[in-house]
Amino acid sequence: MKFSFSEEQEEFRSFLRRFLEEKSPTTEVRRLMATDAGWEKEQWQKVNTELGLTAIAIPEEYGGQGFGLSEQCIVLEEMGRSLLCAPYFSTAVLTANAILYGASEEYKKKYLPEIASGDLTASLAFTEETGAWDISSMSMCATKNKNTYRLTGIKSFVLDGHMSDLIIVLAKVDDNSGSQRLALFSVDSTAVGLTKNLLNSTDQTRKLAKLTFTDVEATCISSDDVTEAMHKTFLKSCIGLSNEMVGGAERLREDTLEYVKMRMQFGRSIASFQVTKHKATDMLADVELAKSAAYYAAAAFDDGESDIAATASIAKASASEAYMQTAINAVQMHGGIGFTWDNDTHLWFKRAKSSEVFLGTADFHRELMMQSWDQ
Amino acid sequence: MSINEEQVRNEVREWLKENWSPNLDLVEWRLKLADSGWGMANWPAEWYGRDLPVSLVPAVEEEFSKIGALTIPKSGIRMLAAATILNHGSDMHKEKFLKRIITGEDVWCQLFSEPGSGSDLAGATTKAVMVGNKWVVNGQKVWTTSAHKAHWGLLLARTDMDETKHRGLSYFIIDMNQPGVETQPLMQMNGHASFNQVFLTDAEVMPDFQVAELGDGWQVATTTLMHERRAADSLRSWGQASKGDGPIYDQERVETETTMQPYKWYPQRAGRVDLIMDRAKETEAIKDPAIRQEIAKLMTLHKSAEWTARRARAAQEQGKPQGPEGSLGKLAASNVARAAAKVHTLISGADAMLTGEDSPMDGIIAEILVSFPASSIAGGTDEIQKNIISERVLNMPKETRFDADKPFKDIPRNTVS
Repeated sequence: MKFSFSEEQEEFRSFLRRFLEEKSPTTEVRRLMATDAGWEKEQWQKVNTELGLTAIAIPEEYGGQGFGLSEQCIVLEEMGRSLLCAPYFSTAVLTANAILYGASEEYKKKYLPEIASGDLTASLAFTEETGAWDISSMSMCATKNKNTYRLTGIKSFVLDGHMSDLIIVLAKVDDNSGSQRLALFSVDSTAVGLTKNLLNSTDQTRKLAKLTFTDVEATCISSDDVTEAMHKTFLKSCIGLSNEMVGGAERLREDTLEYVKMRMQFGRSIASFQVTKHKATDMLADVELAKSAAYYAAAAFDDGESDIAATASIAKASASEAYMQTAINAVQMHGGIGFTWDNDTHLWFKRAKSSEVFLGTADFHRELMMQSWDQ
Repeated sequence: MSINEEQVRNEVREWLKENWSPNLDLVEWRLKLADSGWGMANWPAEWYGRDLPVSLVPAVEEEFSKIGALTIPKSGIRMLAAATILNHGSDMHKEKFLKRIITGEDVWCQLFSEPGSGSDLAGATTKAVMVGNKWVVNGQKVWTTSAHKAHWGLLLARTDMDETKHRGLSYFIIDMNQPGVETQPLMQMNGHASFNQVFLTDAEVMPDFQVAELGDGWQVATTTLMHERRAADSLRSWGQASKGDGPIYDQERVETETTMQPYKWYPQRAGRVDLIMDRAKETEAIKDPAIRQEIAKLMTLHKSAEWTARRARAAQEQGKPQGPEGSLGKLAASNVARAAAKVHTLISGADAMLTGEDSPMDGIIAEILVSFPASSIAGGTDEIQKNIISERVLNMPKETRFDADKPFKDIPRNTVS
């Protein structure tokens, strides 16, 4: 398996890093996170048009660039590093993959090119109020009325759900044989009966919404049961998120190292204390090992590796632990200033916390690993 | 000018066709290797080699293994001795020692560590004093693999107490078969005795057995240690004898068995992650949710360490400069060993209190539980590793030193030396 970035990939990464450093400094992150929307349409479309970021992993036949998850993970890692406020994960990772794997051809052709061009933002509404990430625990049922479907119930923790143009909803439906299958529905964000509440999220750079459906008209966009498709979407999203997370963790680690080298106490740099040096080395090990797992998982997905479910969970568990631990160490090593609002450390600390939980905590993924190894 | 790999392969094949026979005596065969230079092809042509670049050595080795031809004994301290002698030794040293290293007739040991200087190797206090026309050596060395079988020792000794710590050391080759050298096995907490203590009491070294100049001991020792690190990195591959029928293969198997004897518990030291899933299923510990979590934590650590090593190798193969991922292997291995010992304990339950034939897998599990602490000590403790990584990779300030500029005699040191 290819396990090293090519020269082109490295060039793309450094170009993207410079670009995001310029477009998304923490002053900009702070400005956008204080808004209800969390991002600005015009600004995001400009960035996306210039770089084609939403198109990267969408197949060419649907208007994308046809790259693999590994390439998309470079984008995600750099976005995680800069805490870019944009509807990328919701649109180009969660929803685009749900459509790619679960929707019928007609709807792939309808939505994917629009996502690729950046004209359409979309959210995947699958989690409910229990906060369970397990696809099989979903309870919302669609009812069929002649040729249209109606949705009633609550979807929660929907990433960017308050702002997206399109909502793709996962719900059960009775099929003709009397049993139930999982299906995907598209709902217009302005549909009658849909109430969108922005939740107060600790991590203000990642907006979550509660969507209440009261007899909302919906279009079924899948023909077969989407359990498998959703599983694949979930794995791919976990790997994507892991890569985004290691980007943030590395940035925190580097910033913290820079700070301790500069900070003087007791007449010496605090970086000269052995306890600081050893902690900095532990942080390096945490982040580098999590990076390896995230990179490996992306490459393994692209290669169609058979143990991919366990590998994706290793990546997510590793990133969840490493990012949070790095963030805790980062605040500690900054001392008092690290606990202030003005210092930027808490921006990543909070992203570490929301990402630790989003798509499942480390414990949850460790159990998934064991299930896939112990069959 | 550049040497073509295919050309080299052809030459090896040709030579092997003429010379290799499984009916030869092992030493007789290796003498042919020494004379032809195919045993250590990257060594200088004038010293039993062929001046080939190191990058072509794998091709040579591959040709040997294709037809089951044996090579020279590339394991143990003798290869560290060879590397050191080639770099720093006199022509007399090369003439006297290299050939018998290639044939495997001589066993070597390394007399560096002392009870009073472990991580701080340059603090050695074993003294060599010139008395008449000989060096007379007094002191104690420890962690010496194979000392009881060794013909020669690589000795780091202090020749000047008034010099600074590093400049006061010199490097010698000492004859281990003499009355002043007494070797005792050192039993470890896991019951094995893989190493020795060596007591040097008025042991003698002839002046021309000094390596490099007086006061160059630390510099020479660094060469030896560099090769030791490389050998440790490839430890897994050099433990295996070639398969084959015939007296020469039997001879090699005996040799390998002897060389590898001290390292028998090394897999257990590393934690035996390979046994975890089977043990967990067999004992049904896998049904316990708390143990499942611990197993998954261990596997996450183990896998991500393995992938980190692969990432470092892939970057190296692409010719990229070594990134931070390349320096973390040893620390990660310590963490894996610790976590594995913990999980083996959880899986074994009360049986984890037992050892030997009363315990799971005829004592293998018990051996893991009392061997893993060596991982984070041997070959550089975790603490020293962290100092090195923080200083060299993260560019953090160096440790304050209190021993760099004064005469060695004025530096506080252990009273037991």
